[in-house]
Amino acid sequence: MTVTALLFASYADVLHRESIEITLPSGATVRDVVEHVRAMPGGGILPPSPLVAVNQEYARADVVLTSGDEIAIIPPVAGG
Amino acid sequence: MRTAIVDDVIDVETLLSEVERDSNGASVIFIGTVRDQNNGRPVTGIEYACYGPMAARELASICTEASERFATVDIVVEHRVGHLFVGEASVVIAVAHARRASAYEASRYIIEQIKRRLPIWKREEYTDGTREWVDPTAVAVVGPES
Repeated sequence: MTVTALLFASYADVLHRESIEITLPSGATVRDVVEHVRAMPGGGILPPSPLVAVNQEYARADVVLTSGDEIAIIPPVAGG
Repeated sequence: MRTAIVDDVIDVETLLSEVERDSNGASVIFIGTVRDQNNGRPVTGIEYACYGPMAARELASICTEASERFATVDIVVEHRVGHLFVGEASVVIAVAHARRASAYEASRYIIEQIKRRLPIWKREEYTDGTREWVDPTAVAVVGPES
């Protein structure tokens, strides 16, 4: 299955992109996406357990993904 | 109740007029503004970036929670994104309630949840021309190192 990881702010700058298409075996979880991105050049900027949202809702690392899911990897937020 | 992520100047008077009604005895306005320094570094402006669809949803969720906790529907919040200069408002929270205590508490709840959950990031621009993404979780270094 294929999912889309979204990157923002410092993460997007360091990895030089705002989205990544990732192909994973069925049953893959949020954690698998994070590990995939962390293994890319510059991916070390991500902490081992960053904030993540699946389809615009905050999600835990063990959430099982579905093809087409949008996984946002969220840097420390700084609104307000 | 109304919430929005906007990319233009926030009109405080408009937000205030949206929450006022005769049954309310208190209106509280919180205005978050861009200040001219952070951790001792002079700041000239801030670029706010967001995960637009989620930020809109999350801001609405925060205000729905505040509405339920503090029993008022008279809540209007706008958060601005894009480039802001020092002194400009990045967020305005208007809350009205029959009683002042609940108006204050609802306003405080909303800004604290925004700080914690809203997927918005800011890149500060400094007088020396450099700019950096702000990480509120990083330990601030203030003053000379000892």
